[in-house]
Order: sequence, then structure tokens, then C-alpha cells
Amino acid sequence: MIPKFLFLVLLLCSSARGNLYAQAIKVKGSDTMLPMMQLVVEAYLKKATNVDINLTGGGSGTGITALLDGTVDLAMSSREAKLAEKMKFKEKGAEIKFVPIATDALSVIVHPSNPVAKLNKDQLEDIFTGKINNWKEIGGTDSKIIVYTRESSSGTYEFMKENILDKREFAKDAISTSATAQIVFAVSQNKGAIGYVGLAYVENIVKPVAISFDGKEYIPPTFNNAAKGIYPVTRPLFVFYNAANESKVKGFLDFLLSVNGQKLITHKGFIPVNWQ
Amino acid sequence: MKKRFYTLWENLIRASGFCSTLLVLSISFYLFREAYGLFRNSGVESGYSIFVHQSNPIQEFEPDTLRKIFNKDVRRWSEIGGIDERIEIFSLSDLEKKFKEEALGPDLQFVPEKVWEYSENKPAIIGYFPSKLLDSRHKTVAVRQIEFSDLVFGDSWFPASSPIASFGAASILLGSLWVSFGAILFAMPMGLVVAIYLAEIANPRMREISLHFIELLAGIPSVVFGFFGLVLVVPLLKDIFNLDQGESALAGSIILGIISLPTIISITQDAFLTIPKDIKASSLSLGATELQTIFFVLIPYAKSAIFAAMILGIGRAFGETMAVLMVTGNAAIIPESFFQPVRTITATIASELGEAPNGGIHYEALFVLGTILFVFTFLLNLIANFFVGKKS
Repeated sequence: MIPKFLFLVLLLCSSARGNLYAQAIKVKGSDTMLPMMQLVVEAYLKKATNVDINLTGGGSGTGITALLDGTVDLAMSSREAKLAEKMKFKEKGAEIKFVPIATDALSVIVHPSNPVAKLNKDQLEDIFTGKINNWKEIGGTDSKIIVYTRESSSGTYEFMKENILDKREFAKDAISTSATAQIVFAVSQNKGAIGYVGLAYVENIVKPVAISFDGKEYIPPTFNNAAKGIYPVTRPLFVFYNAANESKVKGFLDFLLSVNGQKLITHKGFIPVNWQ
Repeated sequence: MKKRFYTLWENLIRASGFCSTLLVLSISFYLFREAYGLFRNSGVESGYSIFVHQSNPIQEFEPDTLRKIFNKDVRRWSEIGGIDERIEIFSLSDLEKKFKEEALGPDLQFVPEKVWEYSENKPAIIGYFPSKLLDSRHKTVAVRQIEFSDLVFGDSWFPASSPIASFGAASILLGSLWVSFGAILFAMPMGLVVAIYLAEIANPRMREISLHFIELLAGIPSVVFGFFGLVLVVPLLKDIFNLDQGESALAGSIILGIISLPTIISITQDAFLTIPKDIKASSLSLGATELQTIFFVLIPYAKSAIFAAMILGIGRAFGETMAVLMVTGNAAIIPESFFQPVRTITATIASELGEAPNGGIHYEALFVLGTILFVFTFLLNLIANFFVGKKS
């Protein structure tokens, strides 16, 4: 009985292996980009034959490390490659191509009832590092500011730290959540809350604030403002690949940058690269 | 034939016992081995060095001072006993901003020279670069290695911070203790009352039905409790106590209390059921009422088992992960009240292990937390066993 069963399992495994597509493109990296990539990959697989795509998240850094180790073909990254990473690639003798595929706008969100509608960079820095902790200091009601942040594995967390926090640490009493959707939910429930999410996650249950970096003009995070490039906190989203590997990924990349691919990206709330 | 069969079984059982013991031992060995590595590090990413200008008198950095410098809490050298100048931080990402890409060379081969060129005449500089880009011209400064006391008493947990990570886990250890303590405060009286009811008061049919429900409670996956907590308990607490945020130690304690109830109830109830009948009978025949018998005879008789149930309940709460991760807010601050968010050991490991590079310091620090968790629950179990085995 048992040997028979084992044999059956082995048989199943081997037949599954036999069915594997001629080539599987392995894609790994940014969690921000994961939902949008899933959509594109699904559409691509419907169209393309004899190809398979393995898509996993884990964060931008994880994807880049995997590309460096040669275990993936495409790395998704919600930030540009750091100089340190470029140097590692050079050391390995790998020529890496960086292809921007979309743009994301980082939005700061508060509870809809919050009277604060605009913030400048210094205020944002002070709020998220915990220096300002009452809404009345910045024109709101007399209540404590509750900061919601992501776990440090998030690329969005890194981006906030680099660009808004002047590389300082988030406030110690900031509440950290393991998913972006959880921030949206918490901010919608809590009158004193503030959080940050990608533009694609902004819903009616929360209020995005207008942001200014020069202290003069405050820009609300909308699709159009981000597409026109006047919203101050936008970031390009990339895929990285090894030039030696180009033939393998070219089909998928072409689809990603095609009108159909970019339409799917827009559908998820990101700004396509060739936006006019 | 039959005898051979029994010998075979006997050997099989012996072998599996041996194997599981070996497994437990090797798991704990692995835990300790991975954890130990942390204390041979300073918190600076491996392969990187910190350098200052030649004229800077500093010899060795305290990890905390370095963290304050890079977090811009300390802005002038004079604050830490140096020259009266503003500290200038210099790292690879600054290099990109200060020099054009062409200046760094097509293959980035000019980077080491540019690093030197930029920092040569700046007495207030502090640099953070891969060691291989630096040479003997730079004055590299060592950073003191992490000690166990830094981990246990330090209160800043920034494990992924660059250039220097800090692993002060006091807030996390206290967070775990605090939430478990709150859970037991809530679950113990309730569990005890239910157990007394089931063992002494309920009729057999009622007991049968209730036990089924308690078993059901024990079988609910903790993520479901977490979800229940996040969606119902957290907003409710916020409204009832008029809190700034509902994610708090209290929410965690309530959920953990519910989770540890079945453990407490079943052990306590078993203890009551094993009390010899004549003890209860003699108490009643002396004229004590049922309630007096329960409070003055039965509870004292079963006290060591009740204590054991409490310890095991704490252990259950202490090791619980998913539910607390969802409701406690996970802010690494030292808890001062039940209304503040806390971060527990288990939640820290669960949410950070995925991003921690294998074998890196962050990874090792999480293993230290795991080891502490392991040792603590092991001790709790030992204590509980001692009290379960003890007959009053």
C-alpha cells in the first residue's frame, strides 16, 4: 500500500515537472508594485505561449539582491539602484539595465474630519519623527497626533525616511502595520491619525493632504498632479535586468511598456511612463 | 511471533522518543548558535567602516552616540567632546549628489579617490563607506561591540537602521511581559470561576455541552482572534475609554486572555475533578455550605494546580504571535499603561524575519529574541510542571 502511494506521488511530481514551460521568467521585489505586476502578468500569460512567469514580492532590496545573485531575471524596485548596489553589480561584471515602468505618488492621509488640509516638508518631518505631536501646533484641534507607519521591510517606509524624514528615524511611538491597507483602515477609524500610502491606495474613507516642499504652493496628491510632475513626492518604479539576459525578458518587457500594459498600470492607480 | 511484534513496537517507540529529544536539543542548539553571533558585532553593517578626519581626537564610538549623530540628534562635535563645528555626514548616497556620474568614472573606478578628495580637508566630517573604498589615509574609528546588557536594557529598537542599527529590546521584552500579565489578570479569575462551575456546580449535561464550546474556543486559529480584535475590540476600546488609538496593550491582553482561557479552564477543572470525594463530603458533613466548601476547602486543596494553570496560561499568551501582531499597535516603546501600544517579542520576530538578510546582524538579533522567548517559556513550563506534580 505505502510503496504504491509513494510511487503515485513520485509519478505526479515527475509529470508536473514535465509540464513545466520551456522558460520561466522569475520576477521578484517591491511589494508596492506587486498588485500591478500581477495584473500585467496575468494579461501577458493569456496572450503569450510557451512561457511562464513566477512573481514574488519581498521588498525592493530583496529583489535587487536576488538579481545580484542571479536567482531572478527581473527585479522590481520602487527606488533607483543605490550606488552601493551599482558597485556590487560592477564587481560581478554584470551590466544591469534599469527600466522605469511607472510612477507612484506618495500620499499623506488623515481622517476626513481633520481640519488640517495642507502640510509642508518641515511639518511632515516633525510629525513623523515625533517632534510635533499635537494637531493644534499645525492648525488643527487640540488632540494627539497618532502616527501610523509601515514595518521597516517596506520600500515605502525607506522612501519616506529618505525623502521626508531627512534620513531620521520614525517616532518611537508610531504604530507600525504590516500592510498598506491596514494604514488606510486605521486612519479612517481614528480622528487623530496620520499615515502615508501610495496614491493607488487612497480611498474616500480617508483624506489626502496637500503637500508643499517650497512652503508656497500646496499640491494635493491627484493622478493629474502626479502625472504632470508638479506633486513633490513622486517616485519612479523600475524593473532591473541583466543585459546578458535580455532575450529572455524582452517579450514581457515589451508588453509591460506597450499601450495595453501601461493601461493596466493606470488601472491600478499608477502613472504610466509615457504619460502626455 | 507476538513477542517479536511487541519488541519491534517497543524499539520503535524508544527510537521516536530519542529522535524527538534529539530534535528539541538540536533546535535549541541552533537557536543559541545563531543568536550568539550578535555579540561579535557592533551594529555597523558588515563590510562598512566609519571614518573621521585625522584631526578628530575620537578613538572609539559608543553605538548609541553614533546612532544619535546619524539620526541628527547630535549635530555638533562639541556635544560629544570634540571641536565646535557642525557634524557633516558623508555616505555613498551623498557622493552621488556631490559628484556627477561622469566624475565617478564609467566603471565607478574613481569612487575611492573622490571619497578621499571630498573628505580630505573637512575636520567636521564623519563618513560611512564600504571598507574597501577606504585606505590608510582615512582615520577609521572602531565602534564598541554590542553587549547583552545593551540588548536587555536599551530602549531603542531600530534594527534596520543604516549606518548603525540599534538593538535595545527592553521595550519589546517588557511589552511581551506586560501583555501576558494583563491577559492573565483578565483570564485567571474568569477561568477559575468557569472551572469551579463546571467541576462543582454544573450538572453533567451542562458540563458536557460547555466543554464542547471550550474545546471549540481552543480550536479557533489565533489569526481569527486577531481579526476579531482588530475589527471589533480595537474600535470599541477607543470609544469606551476615549483613547487616542485603540491599538493598545489592553486590546492585546483581552484577546490573549480569551486565547489562554481554554488552557486555564481545562487544567483547573481537571484539578477539581481529581480532588477525592471524601474531602468535599467531610467538609459538607461538618456543616459548611457548598460555597464555603469551594472557597475554604477545594480551592486551597487545588491551589498548586491552579497556580500551574496560571503559569501555563502566561506561557500560552507569551508565545502567541498573530493575534497580538494585529491588535497591539507594535510601537517599540516602554509601556507605562495598558492604553499604550506595545510591541511583543513574537510580533517583532514575525514581522521582521522576512526582511532580515540571512546571517546578518538583524537576523541574529531576532534569534536572540527567539532564544529569550524559548528560555522564558521553558522556565515557565518547568515551574508549572513542578506545581502540577506537587500534591498538597
